[in-house]
Amino acid sequence: MARKVAIVGTGQTDHRSHRPDVNGRELIYEAVTRALEDCELAIRDIDAIVIGNMDHFESINSVDTWSVEGSGAFMKPILKVTTGGTTGTSVAIAAAYHVASGLFDRVLAVGWEKNSESDTTAAIVTCSDPIWDRFSYSGAIPSLATEASAYMEKTGATQEDAARVAVRDRNHAVNNPYAHLRKSITLEDVMESPMLAYPIKLLDVCPRTDGACAVVFSADGVAQKICPRPAWIKSCAVRHTYTWFGDSSDYNAGLVSLQRAAREAYARAGIARPAEDLDVAELYLPYTYAGLKWIEDLGFCGPGEGPRFVRDGHTDMGGKIPVNPSGGVISTNCIGATALLRVAEAATQIMGKGGKRQVPDVKNALATGFGGCFWSDVVILSADRP
Amino acid sequence: MPPSVEGFPREKPFCCGSRGEGKTSITLVEVRIMAAWLEGVEGLTLKGQIRVPYTWWVGEVGSRFLMALRDECKILGNRCKVCNTVYVPPRKNCGRCFVNIDAWVELGREGVVTAHTIVRFEYPLQPVKPPFAYAVIKLDGADVGLVHIVKKDLERLRNGVRVRAVFKEQRTGHILDIDSFQIV
Amino acid sequence: MDKIAIVGVAQTQYERRKKDETFYDLVYEVTSKALEDAGLALEDIDNVITVSNDFLDGRTISSMAVGEAAGAYDKNISTVEGDGTFGAFYGAMRVLGGFRSTLVVAHSKGSEGDIRCITNGMFDPIYQRCLGLEAVSASALQANAYMDRYGVTETDFARVSVKNHGNAKNNPFAQLPLDLTVDDVMGSQKIADPIKRLDCSPVSDGAAAVIIASEGMAKKARTKPVWIRGVAHCAEEYFLGDRDLADPKSLRAAAQKAFRMAGIERPLEQVDVVELYDAFSYMEPLWLEAMGFCDPGEGGTLIEKGVTTMAGKMPVNPSGGVLSAHALLVAGLARIAEAVLQLRGDAGARQVQGARTALAHGINGPCGQSHCVWILSGEK
Repeated sequence: MARKVAIVGTGQTDHRSHRPDVNGRELIYEAVTRALEDCELAIRDIDAIVIGNMDHFESINSVDTWSVEGSGAFMKPILKVTTGGTTGTSVAIAAAYHVASGLFDRVLAVGWEKNSESDTTAAIVTCSDPIWDRFSYSGAIPSLATEASAYMEKTGATQEDAARVAVRDRNHAVNNPYAHLRKSITLEDVMESPMLAYPIKLLDVCPRTDGACAVVFSADGVAQKICPRPAWIKSCAVRHTYTWFGDSSDYNAGLVSLQRAAREAYARAGIARPAEDLDVAELYLPYTYAGLKWIEDLGFCGPGEGPRFVRDGHTDMGGKIPVNPSGGVISTNCIGATALLRVAEAATQIMGKGGKRQVPDVKNALATGFGGCFWSDVVILSADRP
Repeated sequence: MPPSVEGFPREKPFCCGSRGEGKTSITLVEVRIMAAWLEGVEGLTLKGQIRVPYTWWVGEVGSRFLMALRDECKILGNRCKVCNTVYVPPRKNCGRCFVNIDAWVELGREGVVTAHTIVRFEYPLQPVKPPFAYAVIKLDGADVGLVHIVKKDLERLRNGVRVRAVFKEQRTGHILDIDSFQIV
Repeated sequence: MDKIAIVGVAQTQYERRKKDETFYDLVYEVTSKALEDAGLALEDIDNVITVSNDFLDGRTISSMAVGEAAGAYDKNISTVEGDGTFGAFYGAMRVLGGFRSTLVVAHSKGSEGDIRCITNGMFDPIYQRCLGLEAVSASALQANAYMDRYGVTETDFARVSVKNHGNAKNNPFAQLPLDLTVDDVMGSQKIADPIKRLDCSPVSDGAAAVIIASEGMAKKARTKPVWIRGVAHCAEEYFLGDRDLADPKSLRAAAQKAFRMAGIERPLEQVDVVELYDAFSYMEPLWLEAMGFCDPGEGGTLIEKGVTTMAGKMPVNPSGGVLSAHALLVAGLARIAEAVLQLRGDAGARQVQGARTALAHGINGPCGQSHCVWILSGEK
């Protein structure tokens, strides 16, 4: 990136399954005003805005222009970035490039979703190719279930192994005042929850949430005046690999997009041993099995070692590499915001603003996004100016 | 333009400039090889429709506005204390000043047309059959226009005329509780 | 701003219905052709920005259909949902931010959806959608406000349709090259006053691509680079009633910023050719005024005075403009592509002789709520 970029403030809404008190624009306004408060800026200080969500969840065409009153874009440049589940990280990366380009000094990234306004599965089914995939694609859960069962067969991982991921994330969420689901659960709770699509049970998977997130990005030279400890963007990489759901059928290969994006991002950031070099990870894990297999793709541990790595407590608070101190996607999932929340939470950790969910001495943080057809985004943040 | 191969459609033009003859002959060879399997292939289509039901949250501010339409046949606006703009429909925050708005204002049921168009094409999403008009109406007491419809006396419709809201008998808490605006 | 340039462009033929091509096919076509135009290989493209719209494609995550066709395999990629000019802006920022090159590709097939329904979706679901508002009727409100403010007439608008459809005869890509008279336009079917059939753009199927490159990569390309001297965009209020529809202030702000970046102080003298987004005939004079090429209210006289005709001082829409070919999202990127061809001297029969500086323009949202202005130059 040409100019160095840092996050100087974040804001998010009180995430709930329904937010009847606000319409979409007003939900966005809540997150934006909180982000501005966090870094003590006024809307007039913002030079440009990037916004994202997944259209068919609210059925609003041209969200950037619709949002102006709530996103603060009146007489400013605003554009919309949307890439499915990875939207939030794509929006964050777009905001970072606005700053890196040298054209803007303070840029607002906004992710939002009001999932309660529609039938989420009916809407998400439309992401599949209408001619080749739509007749068989029945939503996010079954396609992830195929990945999970292949993994269990190959590695011997069990449903209990996966359940531990949910227990961990939901426990972490208790410390996050914004999270949607804030009650901890036990292994038994997960195992006894209804089976949706083998091996995924209700408590293995994320909720649907109404929520928004806003993050302020700023340039080297400006960021330091706004925030005492900005979260620098060390590197970012994106791989939106596949077009049709059948393309990613070699489950033995792992999550290829994450492997490749992580490889590029790690190389640029000088991360050689992820579990050692990173202090915290906010991972887009839409369901528990991802918490076992995708940490292998990220290089936290070797192939097949995910279940043991989690069972040994390395991803808990106080562990080697705490994962999802915020509670992650399993505790809050306002889709257009979800990946942006990973970036916001990782930045919060670096800025030292994590309150009860703060991991001590965070220098380097990882945020990932997932969505679409097994796509991945990776962002690495650091307390050290690159 | 390359000559067409027998029985096969003419190659499409490239985007700009001119292309050497060498390039053209390569393209013709590819076209000949493709022709065999393309023969007899019809362009099929697949019909579909996105059917996703929606329920939009109006929010507290909008709810109060719609309830006033439904229960009292009143049109409410609200005023930003920084720029003094009175908005209708009322807003939770002022988009220009980016502050919360909490000063409610009762507006008149009449106003002035500032822009209009007489719609002459028919379409299922329209609330009424054409010809009818859309109008931007500056209600008494408001600083911004409200977009609504005018159904009658279209030949008298001009910018600057006064119009009055006509409420439906049965109201549900919807912008169309105002059936339309009528020229006074 | 660092020196960056557009080194490759491509467009498909714009047609009412491309029944033999999918989105993938269209994107692949323009990606391949843009690479060929630039004389670059796939590995010279560092990253890709696709431009698509979920409603038009009938598909959430519409970008999924075309990433691979855009050559994005194993590359960084993102997607802008909006007009192609905005997508290209993001593509340019990514080059300024460190990539050597960005391929920007936009596609749409208006023939596959219900355009009125789709544009109705831009309007507020609580207060406006149920009124049945869509792009044409909303634009008619703007045209009405404009006429009312300044006394611009339907005849002034008709002249734009005549000029632009006539210009389209020189553009092999255009869908509607037509020989029209003012009477033809004035007598055409009334849609929503004052807009008549021949005041409207068609809805087309098509795609376009541009390759934006750093100074270093521009040397590798075989075309004469077209330098990006200024680019800016800006949005105004959303609710139609909140806006002054006769005063496109967001366009004025965007144009002023773009001109300032490009060091242009006297637009009418320093700009040689303009490709602007004339989705309806009234938009051409309205946008020209807000861009500062003439005083407010004077836009209607520019054709009569011979300023914006092909023989004039500053031809506007030599390609035929959006009135002659309108693939949504693509049309703004097409304006950039056309401007690039002009500045390279590659515009064939529609060439404006000696063009050195061009303005390309696109819009987002109802009645041009948001505008993106590009200033391009054949000179570094």
